Amino acid sequence: MRVLPPLLRRKPAVAVLMCVPLFALILGLVAYPFFHALFLATLNKAETAFVGLDNFTFLFGRQTFWMVVRQSLLFALVAVVFKALIGLAAAHAINTIPTKGQRKWRGMMLIPWVIPPALSTLGWWWLFEPTYSAINWGLTKFALPAVPWLSDTFWARFSIILVNVWVGAPFFLIMYLAALKSIPGELYEAADMDGAGPWQKFFYITLPMIRNIIAITTLFSIIVTLANFDIVRVLTQGGPLNSTHLFATYAFRVGIESGDIPLGAAVSLFMFPMLAILAFIILRNVRRRAASLA
Amino acid sequence: MAMTAGRTRRHVLKAVGASAAGALAAPYVKTAGSAGRLRLGVIDHWVPGTNEVLQRILSRWGETNNVEVTVDFITTIGNKLLLTAQAESRAGSGHDIYALEFQMVPMFKHRLVAVDDVVEDVISTHGPIADISRQAAFLDGAWKAGPSPASTASAATVARRDLFLAHAGIDLTEWFPAGDARDPALVDRWDWESFSDAAGALHAAGRPVGAAIAPVTDSSAWLAQLFASYGAAVVDESGDIAADSDAVREVLAYLTRLTEFMPDSVYAWDDASNNRWIISGAGSAIFNPPSAWAVAKRDNPDVARHLWHCDAPRGPIGRFRAFNSVFWGIWDFSENQSAARDLLRYVAEPEVVVATLEASQGYDLPLFRSHYDRTRVWAEAGPPVGGLYNYALRGDERTVTDGYPAPPEIAARISTQRVVPNLVARVTQGGDSFDDAISWAENELEGVLRG
Repeated sequence: MRVLPPLLRRKPAVAVLMCVPLFALILGLVAYPFFHALFLATLNKAETAFVGLDNFTFLFGRQTFWMVVRQSLLFALVAVVFKALIGLAAAHAINTIPTKGQRKWRGMMLIPWVIPPALSTLGWWWLFEPTYSAINWGLTKFALPAVPWLSDTFWARFSIILVNVWVGAPFFLIMYLAALKSIPGELYEAADMDGAGPWQKFFYITLPMIRNIIAITTLFSIIVTLANFDIVRVLTQGGPLNSTHLFATYAFRVGIESGDIPLGAAVSLFMFPMLAILAFIILRNVRRRAASLA
Repeated sequence: MAMTAGRTRRHVLKAVGASAAGALAAPYVKTAGSAGRLRLGVIDHWVPGTNEVLQRILSRWGETNNVEVTVDFITTIGNKLLLTAQAESRAGSGHDIYALEFQMVPMFKHRLVAVDDVVEDVISTHGPIADISRQAAFLDGAWKAGPSPASTASAATVARRDLFLAHAGIDLTEWFPAGDARDPALVDRWDWESFSDAAGALHAAGRPVGAAIAPVTDSSAWLAQLFASYGAAVVDESGDIAADSDAVREVLAYLTRLTEFMPDSVYAWDDASNNRWIISGAGSAIFNPPSAWAVAKRDNPDVARHLWHCDAPRGPIGRFRAFNSVFWGIWDFSENQSAARDLLRYVAEPEVVVATLEASQGYDLPLFRSHYDRTRVWAEAGPPVGGLYNYALRGDERTVTDGYPAPPEIAARISTQRVVPNLVARVTQGGDSFDDAISWAENELEGVLRG
């Protein structure tokens, strides 16, 4: 029988060794790109000289950049709120179905989330196509006016939010459904005996019991939604009038398409401090609640 | 060396003489450097069938010169050509030869090998290259890329002759005949005002004209020719911001009127939208190379036979046509630069240029004036026969690129940041005042000009 070397017989050493692939992934795919982006954001346009925070101060003087900030926040907030509401409602609806029939509904509801967004958004683009929109074709069949889905600033913003909600709501659904299933049934039985109505049960049992999941899901979704790229890229390319640019697409326009990588890096890093603070606050509250429940 | 039986001195001299004559006549002289592998990233052509011809030409050259040639056809839709170039230039690996639209040469000049020897040789053989092409590729005293045998195009006015005649009273075949017998008075009447009048009539008839005013290349192209014809520039020749001018205001006022006659969807069009629109029969005019006509010929012949290519309308300063010169550059990380240079020299030969030009049904415009006389494709392509005659520049048009007249590096950034289409849309769609829109453009241009 082969005997393990002494080093591998020590549990901490084995644990560290087994974590090496994870550390390597985090170093290579998270830490290195992040610090490289920080480094790039401190260079001049030609990437030949260190300019400190000049790229950020330059951005603060750009009208389009502030428009992008406002749009990104609007996009993220509206989309996350609707994703959360729809996810919660759908999770409740599915949770009321007998367990036997739930699987097919869960599967169907997850479809928008599992299709690569670049592909599904292409399908939406055909529905919204500026001249030959399939939806408009249907509307005009009922003598309704065509909607400028992608050519009007309001409707273009509406369209990208709609697609984002369509793609992202199933994530909330599945998270909320798992949370709902973890609530002990006795709590609802006791509430029934006390004569509580559906809304009372929802506000005094369901919501408090899934609050941590709501917080974590919302945090995760805000980060992912703020970083969205593919929907805008496929549907509008940031137009019309730059009115649908988000941080990622604007960074792409400035950095990749226009060849100003340092400025693009500065755009993409702009939200990092705010998101870091938000994540810290939300996760701290989650931790505290978990501790109090324990 | 001993003569073999049956072979006389006369035979040998004859053979040597024949091969010498062949060498002189041969369009291409292979250097010792060819061989190995060459990877090309070239533009996926808009005209069906052109890629195949180019592939055959390149493969044949590869076989003749013992070079393994692989060609990737990369679409320009969604800026994929530019994005791939960015990825390759930063990674320092990828293709050996890469196709570059006019604005890409200044963007990537730091990673392109100078090809003065190739281009100067070609110029000495075939005469001068178009000025607009020289401005794009002759940078910092060196040729950064050589002419591409395919995909250079201009934004002609592509109009439905039947609709213009029926609703605007303009017989385009008379104003721009398929021959050199133009009536100067009629041509002179073809200005932006008469175009706007025609657009109004066509709009009233339910068949409007259309041109993208969106963050895409097509927008930049037609707006470049319109701005230039009014003497309007957002950045001048010396690289100073010049957006706050009477000429820019005049163009914006004109566009406010013209866009009344265009569909609202132009603010969301991509580079293929105008093609689809005119091919479907819904539109009466667009600004485009003949790709729309070529696809219409295949997909909707009833529309194709009415499409007539014309000069750009004239403005107060003159008549300008947007011209997208396409080049092939050699990356500095290419491991087979010698063979790449040989291939660049070869593809500038008239036989190659004409072969792709005819495969593209007249879409490709040569960068050398002398090549124009080697084909009759523009005169003979059809139906309608003669419809492409005026796609090749015949009259008083001058060529421009987006960002004109700014220096190439700045013009490239004006183009990629879509400053002009956004400036226009802010007025015509967003309802901004001229002052507000110009102020926005100036703010945006500070970003374009920053060092």
